[in-house]
Amino acid sequence: MTVNPDAFFGLAVLLFSLGVAGVIGRRNLLVIYLSIELMLNAVNLILATFSRLRPDEGGSVIALLMIGVIAAEAALFLAIIVQIYRTKKSIDTDTFTELAQGKKL
Amino acid sequence: MTSPQLITSSLPAWIVFLPFLGAVLMGLLYLTFGTDRSLRRLYVVLGTGMPIAATLLGFVVIGDLFSLGEGGQILSPLFTWVSIGSFSIDVTFVVDRLSMVMMLIVTFVGSLIHLYAVGYMWEDEGFGKFFAYFNFFLGAMLTLVLAANPILLFIGWELVGLASYLLIGYYHQDPANIQAANKAFILNRVGDFGFVSGLGLLFVLMKQSGFDFPSIFASLENIDPAMLSLVGLLLFVGAMGKSAQIPLYVWLPDAMAGPTPVSALIHAATMVTAGVYMVARFAPLYDRIPQIGIFIASIGAASALLAALFASWQNDIKKILAYSTMSQLGYMFIAVGLGAYSYGIFHLFVHAFFKALLFMGAGAVIVALHHEQNIFKMGQLGSKMPWVSRSMLVATLAISGLPVFAGFFSKDAILAHAWASGHTVIWGIGVFSAYLTAYYMFRLYFVVFVSPAHDAPQPLPLPRSMIWPLGVLALGSALLGFANLPEAYGGVGSFSQMLHLPDHPVPLGHLREYLLDGFNVMIASLGIWVAYRQFGRARQSLPIPAYSLAWQKALANTLYIDTLYDQLIVRPLRMLSGFFESAIDTLLLDGVILAVVKGYRLIAMQFARLQNGQLRWYALFFMAGVSALSLYLLVATGGV
Repeated sequence: MTVNPDAFFGLAVLLFSLGVAGVIGRRNLLVIYLSIELMLNAVNLILATFSRLRPDEGGSVIALLMIGVIAAEAALFLAIIVQIYRTKKSIDTDTFTELAQGKKL
Repeated sequence: MTSPQLITSSLPAWIVFLPFLGAVLMGLLYLTFGTDRSLRRLYVVLGTGMPIAATLLGFVVIGDLFSLGEGGQILSPLFTWVSIGSFSIDVTFVVDRLSMVMMLIVTFVGSLIHLYAVGYMWEDEGFGKFFAYFNFFLGAMLTLVLAANPILLFIGWELVGLASYLLIGYYHQDPANIQAANKAFILNRVGDFGFVSGLGLLFVLMKQSGFDFPSIFASLENIDPAMLSLVGLLLFVGAMGKSAQIPLYVWLPDAMAGPTPVSALIHAATMVTAGVYMVARFAPLYDRIPQIGIFIASIGAASALLAALFASWQNDIKKILAYSTMSQLGYMFIAVGLGAYSYGIFHLFVHAFFKALLFMGAGAVIVALHHEQNIFKMGQLGSKMPWVSRSMLVATLAISGLPVFAGFFSKDAILAHAWASGHTVIWGIGVFSAYLTAYYMFRLYFVVFVSPAHDAPQPLPLPRSMIWPLGVLALGSALLGFANLPEAYGGVGSFSQMLHLPDHPVPLGHLREYLLDGFNVMIASLGIWVAYRQFGRARQSLPIPAYSLAWQKALANTLYIDTLYDQLIVRPLRMLSGFFESAIDTLLLDGVILAVVKGYRLIAMQFARLQNGQLRWYALFFMAGVSALSLYLLVATGGV
């Protein structure tokens, strides 16, 4: 069975856009982290799709590698979020404005 | 004219170098050890040894020069300073007949004044500094007179200006002296601007055929006479500044703020005569532009008269002598302007002797009377300071132009030449100035040495080194006139012949010359008699004159010319600079720069608002940037 590759691309774009919207729109660090994962997986999907479309296994290999890397990164990210929570008792990004310059928007 | 003989010798360079060496050594010693008094003897050895060594070398060089015959030159090429293509400026010193005379004056009279200064400055804190400056001046002046090209001459010209500035402001604790030094320096810059413009113009007109004196004079005939006149005029503007002629003379009376040996050496005997020397050095050039020569002579005559008038109404002994210097320089410019270069140089030569002597005598009086300079507070010094008084009398007779004394021959030669060449107005002014000269000099002499004193201060004893140089100079003032004995008195004008300058002698019958000279002597005697009636017969001490009439006050205040310059030039300049400072600088320039700064600041503030510290916004900017870049890539690679 062959599925139109455009469907895969469409799904990837949708996932990526959802991720972007989440990173920009949400304030909860955990949700932002989830959104980032969403974007990464959108990219993975595109890599795998291209790998199948062309006689080249490189894309699939990279996608597999990325899954591993993302798993490792998740551990770090969650640890950082815990540390951040310990300093401010909050994971709302709007409470971290130490680098602000000028008036708040 | 025989073909010029040239020989090369290092001696002229050594003559220039030795005083500079002395200046550097003493300067280093002074900077290292400061005002350590135990070093004074070392300073004396160095400070007087170098000029004396230069003088002795000078005599050797003069001996060599005379073995060469007319037009001979002793060259001292050191190195090539600038070399552009076929054009080069060499640092070369040259001794010819003209620079020989100047060298003789500078080294010989200079050495005597150095010896005199040992006594004069002995108690001064900055003994070493003074001699370092003094030797530096001597080196600079020798650079000026021995320069083989106008560039080197100009360097010397500027260096003597610097030395003059340093020495006028020597007593720098008094702000007035600093002001006098600044005045001299700035007025000389005005003249130097003309001088350097003249040199530049000459250089352009020459079209690259070497820039030493012989090649300049060789290419003169190819130059448009009108442009040549402009060159001559501009060069003379430099001489006006350096030699204190109208209108740039106002610095000279103020320059008397310096120590008296400085006034004697720099502002009487040598530096101020540089303008006359320069005109004589450029004689072949001025020879082609007689109309500029007449202008020079007119300026000289006007300066001679004006300065003599001022000198007759001054009370400060040094200012009288300063105006007298300016007046005598006027005579020299009359001579060189009317083509009697050798007469001008001869007057310069004898003037160096008697004017240095007058200043040194005045310095002796000033020191003896605890730095009193008002002649009406002096008196009866003739019996208390016999040697000073006698040598001053010789110099006074010499400058007044009485027979057998040097000034008689030199000044009357100039006046006779003015008469013979048909410039009777200049002659008349010269004769009237000669009357005034005799009057004000004897006024000074009678008031200081003859008339009864106010409260008779006991003069301090003077060191011997301040007395005997006066005697040597007095001898010169009395006898040197015979060096240029005119034909009418049985001589051959040997000094003029020796100088070998392009003179324009105008024959004047012996009878007329006797008549003119007799007239001059009568005029001078009249001046002396008037001075005697006013000041020489006083039984009581003379009061400081109080002038009631407007014209007397005006003359005593030198016609308010300083005030006039202040109102006409200094104040408008100040106002203009004030305008520039407040309007152009503050409003326009600073305004533009500040506006730019403000603009950047405002824009930066707007951008800074993006930096709000909120992660979501950063992500948004980041995404927007990446999207924009991607879009650009798509468009650029033709993907869309």
